[in-house]
Amino acid sequence: MSKVHIPTPLRQYVGKQASVDVQGKTVAEAMTALVARHPDLRRHLYTEEGKLRSFVNLYVNDEDIRYLQKEATALNDSDNISIVPSIAGGTI
Amino acid sequence: MATTTTEIQVTLTNDEILRYSRHLIMPEVGMEGQQKLKAARVLCIGTGGLGSPLALYLAAAGVGTLGLVDFDVVDYTNLQRQIIHSTADVGRKKLDSAADKLKAMNPFLNLRTFDTRLSSENALELFRDFDIIADGTDNFPTRYLVNDACVLTGKPNVYGSIFRFEGQASVFATEEGPCYRCLYPEPPPPGLVPSCAEGGVLGILPGLVGVMQATEVIKLILGVGEPLIGRLLLVDALGMKFRELKLRKNPDCPACGTHPTVTKLIDYNEFCGIRGEESPVESANSDMQVEELKRRLDAGEDLFILDVREPHEYQICNLGGYLIPLNDIPKRVHELDSSREIVAHCKMGGRSAKAVAFLRQAGFTKVHNLAGGITAWADRVDPKLPKY
Repeated sequence: MSKVHIPTPLRQYVGKQASVDVQGKTVAEAMTALVARHPDLRRHLYTEEGKLRSFVNLYVNDEDIRYLQKEATALNDSDNISIVPSIAGGTI
Repeated sequence: MATTTTEIQVTLTNDEILRYSRHLIMPEVGMEGQQKLKAARVLCIGTGGLGSPLALYLAAAGVGTLGLVDFDVVDYTNLQRQIIHSTADVGRKKLDSAADKLKAMNPFLNLRTFDTRLSSENALELFRDFDIIADGTDNFPTRYLVNDACVLTGKPNVYGSIFRFEGQASVFATEEGPCYRCLYPEPPPPGLVPSCAEGGVLGILPGLVGVMQATEVIKLILGVGEPLIGRLLLVDALGMKFRELKLRKNPDCPACGTHPTVTKLIDYNEFCGIRGEESPVESANSDMQVEELKRRLDAGEDLFILDVREPHEYQICNLGGYLIPLNDIPKRVHELDSSREIVAHCKMGGRSAKAVAFLRQAGFTKVHNLAGGITAWADRVDPKLPKY
């Protein structure tokens, strides 16, 4: 079981939870399980072609999956996945 | 470090020595460090939520030259978090308001103010006279502009960003470290990520993140400690949890990679997919002005008012409309009667425009967007209604 950390802007699509526990042997499997359970999340994370959006980064523990095996990155039990979208706020 | 190129011999007056005594007796700062601070030139982009604590602390700490770039005016709703401005400053230029506070705080400060919107035309010129850039902006085009200009001029970009009760901080564009584009090569399309004006922000959060930025600026100047280079700090103020993620310099980065394609500043509004305001053609034939709504309601016409804001906004003020938050409309569309004339509204008109577009696609023909939202209603029809 891996824990997916949901960032504030996306919590409204997962019933306001800060994290969701999912099963999966790889990041792809875990994320598929996540969006299957919370379908509203899909368009915020993936393009229509099913590609991870370029302003959304996924981390396994503290490593960016782009520098691991991307979405094929294997997960161990108790790994933490973080969804880290870009946020722009500051002045306004 | 960029500051070492400014080998101007600075000395401290006796007044300054007394003022900075708590720095001077620390081995990590000392006389040499305080002189480095005095010689340093830091440019703050924005004097809002992040820029307020950032500028105040840098001025207090003895940073010699502080530049401020802002074009905005203090608004009443800024005061909840932009602590450099006070109630009496509402309506003044943020630069004038900030300059007063900073000069009062530290008369030794050499303050340089730039009453302009940072743009591709002026960024490189502005950055030239500074050693470190602190990014306290609030929108994606300026984020990418600041990043690219920092990479092109070789100045570190001390970054902070906030949303609701969550923040990010890092140091980008140092020689050895990653830049903002290594982290996010492309911005989100407009509308997918809400702004603070739409999403709200916990007032203390920019304080927390802005002070972290100030800390990083000071460390870069002093050359002490471990700066947030190659690390993204995530702050969750609700859980009061700090997490740290590794950032790597991307060799394929278009800005700072081995074969950069960003060799000059571009049109960042275009890059971020912003083509002015919403298309006027589409909105023109579905917009209703607040005066028209008032007149038709007074005449007893059958209009169905649909409020697409969130329940907590409805509690602040409402027009007695039927509440379905924008995100719930697709699954609650059956609650609406397409034979009735519907006027959708939100706070400012942005979300209700999306609701109207959705309903039209779903076959509703008699739907209008209330232009300017409940804010325009409060401005022009019912001044007793609270604004937020």
